[in-house]
Amino acid sequence: MKIPAELLYSKDHEWVKVEDGRAVVGITDFAQDQLGDVVFVEVPEAGAELGVGDGLTTIESVKAVSDVYSPLGGKIAQVNEELGDAPQLINEDPYGKGWIAVLEIADAAELKGLLTAEEYKKFLSEEA
Amino acid sequence: MNQPLLFELGKPGRKAFDLPACDVPEKKGLLPETCLRSEKAALPEVSQLELMRHYTQLSNRNFGVDTGFYPLGSCTMKYNPKINEDVARYNGLALLHPLQPAASVQGALAIIYAVEEALAEIAGMAAVTMQPAAGAHGELTGLKLIRAYHRDRGDFGRIKVIVPDSAHGTNPASVTMCGMEVLEIKSEPDGSIDLEALKAAVGSDTAALMLTNPSTLGLFESRIEAIAEIVHEAGGLLYYDGANANAIMGIVRPGDMGFDVVHFNLHKTFATPHGGGGPGSGPIGVKECLRPFLPNPRIEKLEGKYTFGCSEKSIGKVHSFYGNFGVIVRAYAYILAMGGAGLRQASEDAVLNANYCKKLLSKDYDSPFDRFCMHECILTSKKQKNNGIHTLDIAKRLLDYGYHPPTIYFPLIVEEALMIEPTETESKETMDGFISAMQQIAREALENPGLVLTAPQHTVVSRLDEAQAARKPVVRWEP
Repeated sequence: MKIPAELLYSKDHEWVKVEDGRAVVGITDFAQDQLGDVVFVEVPEAGAELGVGDGLTTIESVKAVSDVYSPLGGKIAQVNEELGDAPQLINEDPYGKGWIAVLEIADAAELKGLLTAEEYKKFLSEEA
Repeated sequence: MNQPLLFELGKPGRKAFDLPACDVPEKKGLLPETCLRSEKAALPEVSQLELMRHYTQLSNRNFGVDTGFYPLGSCTMKYNPKINEDVARYNGLALLHPLQPAASVQGALAIIYAVEEALAEIAGMAAVTMQPAAGAHGELTGLKLIRAYHRDRGDFGRIKVIVPDSAHGTNPASVTMCGMEVLEIKSEPDGSIDLEALKAAVGSDTAALMLTNPSTLGLFESRIEAIAEIVHEAGGLLYYDGANANAIMGIVRPGDMGFDVVHFNLHKTFATPHGGGGPGSGPIGVKECLRPFLPNPRIEKLEGKYTFGCSEKSIGKVHSFYGNFGVIVRAYAYILAMGGAGLRQASEDAVLNANYCKKLLSKDYDSPFDRFCMHECILTSKKQKNNGIHTLDIAKRLLDYGYHPPTIYFPLIVEEALMIEPTETESKETMDGFISAMQQIAREALENPGLVLTAPQHTVVSRLDEAQAARKPVVRWEP
């Protein structure tokens, strides 16, 4: 199970990569493995304003339909349009080509509520 | 054996019918040129024998309760007694027209009325409508009644419906369809309601709580009275999802538990055809406070005669005419044949079969809840995980043994779930056969995991690429 050291994580299994006041968001390797083969991703709407925990998108796998919650508040600056045609990117490259959206971070203090790679690893082992 | 498509069979000019020559003069120019096709439709050209063999061979591939064991959890695939089919085909019932005046269809109205009364008795409710065509339709209708009830009291702020995260997916979907908001609350690990989470969730915006009892984990929610009190004190109503009603008939009534609305699935609990042989029927029962809002027309009995009544506060019709009448007739035959004691026995036997299955399989499979289950039991593939075997593989391997797999990956809150609902209509021999196949698969998972991972081997087609089928569906044949 890959958990890159440089990223931040939520307890809902999203990852966050902070770059110049913006946050790239996706779901973790653990999350994609749990979902199984992803067959549909609802591409979020650019420009939408989200609060922490609001629904960012919906991912449909062969097993179930699951909500993805926004790990941070802010405006959606960019979305990964490619997921519309190639939902399998979530399985193949969850931390790279499977990114979901870029958020303009509204309140940097919210980053403190996220887990480090070490903490997320520990959280996963406790969950199991 | 691969069965070609009808389009791939036959030869030009071949046909399966022989019409007499046309005995009236042909008239041209009745339709403008733009409405006429310039080239002939590319329809299959096959002989009657080719046609018969094609469809008969396809029909032989059907799997149903009449061909084998079908333990699909939460779906109650019980046997449908064939006398119900005879009764539904009586000329006096099958040949009726829905627009006939009430005076000429008294028998049909008497049947609908009697089924309403029987269901009201079984559910502990004041009134029933037979209109909804299936469970989810019942949910939508029930939620509309709840909304109408709150609005009628001048309370327009109740827009939230609380749904536990163990609920059937139809619950939140029905809430959204009804224009209300879903408030999801986390369940306890055993699928029961977290009372503290519920207390924190209710308020002046609570329209209702939707609950399945026994829960989707097949466990009875024993704190239901406390739950009902919390919701009622906050001013909300309780909706009972009747998907699991096959566990409780004649034993406990949703109305007595504190529920205000309940739906039944006649195609689950009352032995009418489920699936391809449908249609379904999802009648709902309500407490007295919701009666005025029930769909019109209401069938009323006055001085021994049945008439159509109409309530001004009704939410309106939710189905053409009076619901799926043929299905209602079948359920009526079933209820009368079983009687009160028989229905209770059915529920008891359903619970017994599920517990028998759970007990005998809990050595080879992880059984996450150490208590008696109701009419369905949950196992997981945790013990097979180290050999790389998932629940999906076990389900696929069951096909090789000739069984329809149980429900898999539901409920969502149990990882790698397998949900087995044998129903009361299966014999001990059938149960033992299935259990022995499951035990054999557990051994294979240990000794020869490759066999399970590549299953099924003995079916018409081997394992299909479900992900690819969903990602890039081919929905049209092309030459």
